[in-house]
Amino acid sequence: MSPPRPGESGSLLVARQVCVTIGGESLLREIDLVVHEREIVTIIGPNGAGKSTLLAALLGLIPLSGGEVARCPGLVIGYVPQRLKVDAVLPMTVARFIALSAIGPGVPDETLRLLGCDRLLDRPLHALSGGEMQRVLMARALSRAPHLLVLDEPAQGLDLAGEEQLHRFIETLRHERNVAVLLVSHDLHFVMAGADRVICLNRHVCCSGSPTAVRATPEFQLLFGERIPGVGYYQHHHDHCHTPHGVEKERTDG
Amino acid sequence: MDEFMLRALLAGVGIALAAGPLGVFVVWRRMAYFGDSLSHSALLGVALGLVTGWNMNGTIAAVCVGVALFVTWMHTRPEIPADAALGIFSQGALSLGLIAAALSQGARVDMMAFLFGDVLATGWGDVIWIWCGAGLVLILMRFYWNDWVNATLHEGLAILDGVPVARLRLLFMLLTALVIASAIKVVGALLITAMLVIPPVAARPFASTPEGMALGAVLIGAASAPMGLWASFQWDLPSGPAIVLAACGFFSASLLFGKRQG
Repeated sequence: MSPPRPGESGSLLVARQVCVTIGGESLLREIDLVVHEREIVTIIGPNGAGKSTLLAALLGLIPLSGGEVARCPGLVIGYVPQRLKVDAVLPMTVARFIALSAIGPGVPDETLRLLGCDRLLDRPLHALSGGEMQRVLMARALSRAPHLLVLDEPAQGLDLAGEEQLHRFIETLRHERNVAVLLVSHDLHFVMAGADRVICLNRHVCCSGSPTAVRATPEFQLLFGERIPGVGYYQHHHDHCHTPHGVEKERTDG
Repeated sequence: MDEFMLRALLAGVGIALAAGPLGVFVVWRRMAYFGDSLSHSALLGVALGLVTGWNMNGTIAAVCVGVALFVTWMHTRPEIPADAALGIFSQGALSLGLIAAALSQGARVDMMAFLFGDVLATGWGDVIWIWCGAGLVLILMRFYWNDWVNATLHEGLAILDGVPVARLRLLFMLLTALVIASAIKVVGALLITAMLVIPPVAARPFASTPEGMALGAVLIGAASAPMGLWASFQWDLPSGPAIVLAACGFFSASLLFGKRQG
């Protein structure tokens, strides 16, 4: 089955058979992926699965060694990187940082208030906390009125209340501004709660579909074991782990 | 005012004009070592000029630009760290220059002048060269300013904003090479990095915007040049170290009176 061309059936971004090889190591193999309008797609996978690499490839930040990424013509993407480290030697206010990217009128005051960025506008960028920076990056991403918002580990460092808030914010964006969201997370709880479609990645696409469907697949069980949220996020102690190759090996940590 | 004093003054202020806005990026991007490497390799350009009799400003600029291109090209070889590549090219070029100078019979020119700067060696041709270079730098920096600032903060975000990050990085290196080449006669190969680094750092505590910091760097650089030159004429000091010490004075003042950041 070949994925649809961008533009057809409301698809914003289509990746076909994307491969990325860096330094002789194959990091991504034959990835097919489609993001439709107003869709929330989440990519999950263990550490080293190539989640951030896939985002970089889809955004055109790194060269592909195979396949192609097609974007709907005129597609505006808002990107929120995992972190941004700003040196104190660079004088830059939050307002200026957001304005650097903005086209047109920029971010509406309402959105700034919703993100809690209205109080941060005059603050120097280098003095922000991690959570504040995350919200400022979100405001910056929205300043171009994007069709697609790409979030790299947005739940990182958020408590449950913060996650809940982020979910609501993403839902609002989708409904009020027709924004599609592609996000990467290793936090199963976060992923399973709000996604239309889940893509389970381990250098290739292991499985994809609705959260419920993906949760039931053997590939998913293999990658994430019994850490399946929904009933409640719980962890137990392993004396072994399931590797992607189905090999069980001893592990020492809990 | 003596004519050579006027020339020296114009040369010093011209250098400060270009070194201010370039220097803030050198500081923000932590490229001081890049500046050092370029200026050391510039001595190969000096030797080339001496041996061949070609225009020395031209040979220095050509060598600096060549090293900058080589270093940029090295970015494609991840197994060679950027600072090591800089070391290899700059020391290699410097060694080549010293050997060429030693072998050439006519080259009884004092290399000290090129290491530490000698305003007496600055002619009208050099002044014109410096001001043309500074003009080009200022025009290009004005044009691409926001794009450069954007790319300095986060290259990925800048690329998505449509900034041609790779091309601008190369352009920045070429401009830095040009300024270093034009400043070497006045400030000297060993000291030119100081003119790129000290004024921006001294301006930082008084700036709240990127532009403010660049303007402050220009002002501090442009004030250091006449102060250093005056001391140089007054007490017969080498011009480069005198200018750099004046800039160091501004840095000390900024430590004492500037607002601490965070």
